[in-house]
Amino acid sequence: MRYLPLQPADRQAMLDVIGAGSVDALFADVPDAARLDGPIAGLPLHASEQAVERQLGRLARMNQAAGDQPFFLGAGAYRHHIPASVDHLIQRGEFLTSYTPYQPEIAQGTLQALFEFQTQVARLFGCEVANASMYDGSTACWEAIGMARRITRRGTALLSAGLHPHYVSVCQTMARFTGDRLVTAVPALADGAPGDDGAALLAAIDGETSCVVVQYPNILGHVTDLRELAAAAHAKGALLIAVVTEPVALGLLTPPGEMGADIVVGEGQSIGVGLNFGGPYVGLFACAEKHVRQMPGRLAGETVDAAGQRGFVLTLSTREQHIRREKATSNICTNSGLCALAFSIHMSLLGETGLRRLAQLNHGLAVAAAERLARVPGVELVNGPFFNEFTLRLAKEARPVVRAMADRGVLGGVSLGRLYPGVEALERGLLVTVTETSDADDVTALADALEEALA
Amino acid sequence: MTINQSGWRPEAPRDGADATPATFTGNKALMLEEPLIFELGGSDRTGVDLPAPPSVTPRLGGLERARPIGLPGLTEPEAVRHYTRLSRQNYAIDLGLFPLGSCTMKHNPRLNERMARLPGFADLHPLTPVDGAQGALALIHLVGTWLKTLTGMAGIAMSPKAGAHGELCGLLAIRAAHEARGDARKVILVPESAHGTNPATAAFCGYAVQAIPATADGRVDLAALTARLGPDVAGVMITNPNTCGLFERDMIAIAEAVHAVGGYVYCDGANFNAIVGRVRPGDLGVDAMHINLHKTFSTPHGGGGPGSGPVVFSEALAPFAPLPFVEEQDGRFVLVEEETASAAHHEQAFGRMVAFHGQMGMFVRAAAYMLSHGADGLRQVAEDAVLSANYILRSLEDVLEAPFAASGPCMHEALFSDANLAPGFTTLDIAKALIDEGFHPMTMYFPLVVHGAMLIEPTETESKAALDQFIGALRSVAERARAGDATLKAAPIHAPRRRLDETAAARKPVLVWKPAPLADAAE
Repeated sequence: MRYLPLQPADRQAMLDVIGAGSVDALFADVPDAARLDGPIAGLPLHASEQAVERQLGRLARMNQAAGDQPFFLGAGAYRHHIPASVDHLIQRGEFLTSYTPYQPEIAQGTLQALFEFQTQVARLFGCEVANASMYDGSTACWEAIGMARRITRRGTALLSAGLHPHYVSVCQTMARFTGDRLVTAVPALADGAPGDDGAALLAAIDGETSCVVVQYPNILGHVTDLRELAAAAHAKGALLIAVVTEPVALGLLTPPGEMGADIVVGEGQSIGVGLNFGGPYVGLFACAEKHVRQMPGRLAGETVDAAGQRGFVLTLSTREQHIRREKATSNICTNSGLCALAFSIHMSLLGETGLRRLAQLNHGLAVAAAERLARVPGVELVNGPFFNEFTLRLAKEARPVVRAMADRGVLGGVSLGRLYPGVEALERGLLVTVTETSDADDVTALADALEEALA
Repeated sequence: MTINQSGWRPEAPRDGADATPATFTGNKALMLEEPLIFELGGSDRTGVDLPAPPSVTPRLGGLERARPIGLPGLTEPEAVRHYTRLSRQNYAIDLGLFPLGSCTMKHNPRLNERMARLPGFADLHPLTPVDGAQGALALIHLVGTWLKTLTGMAGIAMSPKAGAHGELCGLLAIRAAHEARGDARKVILVPESAHGTNPATAAFCGYAVQAIPATADGRVDLAALTARLGPDVAGVMITNPNTCGLFERDMIAIAEAVHAVGGYVYCDGANFNAIVGRVRPGDLGVDAMHINLHKTFSTPHGGGGPGSGPVVFSEALAPFAPLPFVEEQDGRFVLVEEETASAAHHEQAFGRMVAFHGQMGMFVRAAAYMLSHGADGLRQVAEDAVLSANYILRSLEDVLEAPFAASGPCMHEALFSDANLAPGFTTLDIAKALIDEGFHPMTMYFPLVVHGAMLIEPTETESKAALDQFIGALRSVAERARAGDATLKAAPIHAPRRRLDETAAARKPVLVWKPAPLADAAE
């Protein structure tokens, strides 16, 4: 009970002030049929700090932490080195347990950091404005489709075959209830442009299309020029939504906003946040300034205080659900404040120079690895251009290969069979991701493991 | 472009109210003014040392950036100082009482942070082969099992990312259940005493929302609710304990009436910490309820998230819970995803709500908190939270109007209004004056059913001495507001900023930093 400061004498003194005979009297409104007597069965009694550490430590050690072996997984979640100062700073209590900045006079730290974050994201994506973050990339993607519906007043969204299948699933789930029509496809492993269905999308855009959603780089690692697609969408009154799951790529690549994307969303987990078995992550959301009042999520804005000093507040909250109730622009309530802060701190430490270097390092290591792996018998590299993630076509089904490599102590990638269960044409696909956390020895270990698994 | 390195220095404040001379720097002793990273950093600076990239022929398809990004860099000491200074401009639960009603700010054990950072949890990829994630899946399963036990419910969805996302999950399950019966219902009833996020959620998944009034004693009007029930009603969304801080004592009758017309009861579980271990919502007839892990189970809120909103389901709704989820099969934990849903007899699952498996970091923190408190401690949590709230209610009802004080004990939050302040003085003035007293203000103007509402939630993690100090400060501020003390209108005067102009911010939003125009820079 080390977290409960009230002592028996305190409780009695408080009951005396209240004029209640017992704590039970304070629960008088609970119907008798629903009252519980005594501690609930099925949970253990309270445990010491050391006992909790022991129990959770045991569970943690049953997992294969990414850093424990050569590691090449990506597909929407990326392992990068996070500077020690990032975690140190976000663990300051004034950030960690601060709250939604509804009282801006005593939340300037959080508000300024969010304003800085918004500026970083907008610049990275090549857009005019960004919000203070979303739950994650997949929910940001869905919210972007809803935003396009509100702007264009049309209900058909074209989803590229190169969009992460889990993102597609999230959109399909939501569309089932909101009435949006989604047109989706499964990617093909064509040489040179895996998962690129730009031509099909161009042909499909019509007067009913609210938006075209493309991932950049796409789920199979392919990078493609978005300019033609943006122009075609705009010509038909539709919006182009670009999804970035690996923001480090934009250290080197032309950002979607500069290629005509109207809304750019992404997963910010790569920078500052860590893998966390899927969450918490941080959704990134940027768009053109003219659409800002249709943008979901929280926004920090600059203003002045009563003494004329610059300060920051949450703004345009009249779009939000706690005020607009059933007319709110979105379902998003909170943001991922602490993860946005971690992203922003890491990005500040990198800066222009560091991000560019990090991107070059990722790309260089990935290119070298792809060239090495393509020499393994039974392995074929299907990508032309890519950033730090590429797809190999194996001589065998990839799932058992991944398992065999894991047994050898190499986490060698994500099998497309796991991402696209039941799609025969993708069964032999292996998605390999190489970041700065892998060295030449790791790549050699992967090549050896792959060779042995395919032999 | 290059980043401004002009050596920014804040304008000396144009100070009217207090006569103290401004400092040269704009700093006030330990409270330092801090420029933006764009004014501090430089494109040539970095706080990371990275090795040289290997020399390869780039394969970027001719899409290399043509222009710089415009990101400022900070060296490590600059970054540490910048963010440390910013942090000091935030109020936090680690600094003092944070009585924000409806939001539950309580002590965050650092053990939870340490556990969430164990490499086996923090450095684990969501698509890692499940054989190498058995501990993580076991933990998700354990937390889910305990949440079902504490709520008396049959099923659970762990993946929703926040409370409102959990609401959406619950309503989607309700819709899926009706659709499975070929019974497309269109209406969700939302009492006035429910959370403001509820109507938004209902509308978002395609329902028409109808409000149900509150009674004079701050609860759902049972007669009005039952009068509105019919075959078009998909369900009702209730917050219990409600936003007036009261237990909905007619909950069982409400649930029976809703079930009788084929509807479902959604309960907003944001206030679960008031009843955890003392009442199981399943016993009240609830069909779906989200649990804000950051409220009841103490995950830090980080300046507005991330949150986590697992949803528990009754037997009736459990088959519709979304994918993915964890199941134990022959002593091994499996992740049930799209391809395995039918094998696991969950073909009715309504789909996927997020890319991966939910907020693992929060699950670890919740597990640490549940283990630390245990069944006995969690029951004590509810008791102490309710005791503290009633102590505040009874200690202040003589100076502040307490609209529902006569209708019995409150639960974990005490509700006051601005009814007996001097003319022209509002809840806002009370809140801003509390800032000068060193406290975070209570929740203002919520719930909407009370004019000038002040919703105070002390939680169970405050000592009696801390509660007494807060009561004393609020009493003093309330007395000044009743006496018409005009100095209150200037509050706060000791905070990092005076009252901020929110109207100007909304009228012409400035959402990103832009360099000062050249003309200004030349001055």
